[in-house]
Amino acid sequence: MSTTSTSPTATALEGVSVATRDVHLAFGSNRVLRGIDLDVEAATTACVIGPSGSGKSTLLRVVNRLLEPDRGDVLLAGRSVLADNPDDLRQRVGMVFQHFNLFPHKSVRANITLGLTRLRGLSKDEAAERAMHHLDRVGLAHKADVRPGTLSGGQQQRVAIARALAMEPEVMLFDEATSALDPELVKGVLSTMADLAAGGMTMLVVTHEMGFARSVAGQVLFMDQGRVVESGSPERIFEAPESDRLRQFLSQVL
Amino acid sequence: MEILGTLWSTFFDLESMRAALPELLRVGLRNTLVLALFSAVIGTVLGMALAVCGLSRSRWLRWPARVWTDVFRGLPAAVTILLIGVGLAPVGLEIWGPNPYPLGILALSLIASAYIGEIFRSGIQSVDAGQLEAARALGFSRPAGMWLVVIPQGVRRVLPALVNQFIALIKESSLVYFLGLLASQRDLFRIGQDAAANTGNESALVLAGLFYLAITVPLTHAVNAIDRRLREGRRADGADHDQDPDLPPVALTQEAH
Repeated sequence: MSTTSTSPTATALEGVSVATRDVHLAFGSNRVLRGIDLDVEAATTACVIGPSGSGKSTLLRVVNRLLEPDRGDVLLAGRSVLADNPDDLRQRVGMVFQHFNLFPHKSVRANITLGLTRLRGLSKDEAAERAMHHLDRVGLAHKADVRPGTLSGGQQQRVAIARALAMEPEVMLFDEATSALDPELVKGVLSTMADLAAGGMTMLVVTHEMGFARSVAGQVLFMDQGRVVESGSPERIFEAPESDRLRQFLSQVL
Repeated sequence: MEILGTLWSTFFDLESMRAALPELLRVGLRNTLVLALFSAVIGTVLGMALAVCGLSRSRWLRWPARVWTDVFRGLPAAVTILLIGVGLAPVGLEIWGPNPYPLGILALSLIASAYIGEIFRSGIQSVDAGQLEAARALGFSRPAGMWLVVIPQGVRRVLPALVNQFIALIKESSLVYFLGLLASQRDLFRIGQDAAANTGNESALVLAGLFYLAITVPLTHAVNAIDRRLREGRRADGADHDQDPDLPPVALTQEAH
């Protein structure tokens, strides 16, 4: 199985820039996002860190409009997407979830081909071929015919990444993609993500893996209580935190 | 001894059974199956529509579904069958003539749909919200995500309850006798009952009961088998854990500084 990791990414998945402007979102009286400005340049990775409840996952869901912001704007490649059909937008933005959310009633391959045939209009053969290509990239081509439930958590998450990538997205969102994994399975998923970043994908990554943020991210954002409290290069954030809140957070997680 | 012998021949008189057998087989069994099958199919389709409406975000779909469910689940089956079978009979007469079956099937379907709708609804609701979210994140609309991802999983989980409902339906189909049946329209129950009334011996009705059991008992066991398979199918059969020979040299995990 020639796979993943050190080999240069076979097909370049060109990422586009992502930005948000003054995004606000409240659930009732709970103001989850209070004016988020975000700029992720094309083909770079931004990691969002922060305590739980700080609005990180909500921010990701505003970017692909699983949640609609009350105020503000979301831009892909410099163009506002709020007026677009949200279903079309989501085909351009891949998302990977904490709990994988693979479809348990379908085989690994069918998890990937579902969107390809139904949304991308590929024929069954084309879809299967593309699914196998992306499964191969995450090292799981030999698992194409089994149900996701028979895979380990790490393997499931890599299938979920392959499922998102097969749609050939311009941006990838990762919502605590390794938080639900046993420690020994985290590495494989993170290395898949690192490969993807190196291959030119634009990635917005909500994570608790500070090591990953350090080595892969071009930019780290620290969120707390619905705001971006600090952002900058990993060195800046981890070596020279300015705010007390970030210092306190880092002292707890590192 | 005398009494026991009388009781025995009241219920298990082979001669009476033999006399009723041909009609039970040729007429009753067919009619019971026709009633049950048609109302199972229609009830399932209506039940799915009810479940989807009941879960809709629009109150104009939710409310009618709620009322429908409450009415047909709350009324005694006999009342529904009589109201529809007799009340709508003039309309039926216009459309398909003096056959009570279409209205009987309609009434049975309505009753079944109320129960089946609730079964489907509970199944669909039990599917993790992340499934719809994942489908929508791929670019599927909400209806498409429900149809392709959520509903198939929800239905699978309630298959045992659904088969139980089919069993109830087979038994309830006997109530169409309220609508007045021609000789050729009689179902298992009615044939057994008529024979019992004519001879003063219950054996034909016992035989009709055995026919019902011959249909329902295997179904009950099928339910158990489905249930077992669903349970065991969910267990991971020997999940092999990630062991990638080719991890990159960079350590990406938690490295404190």
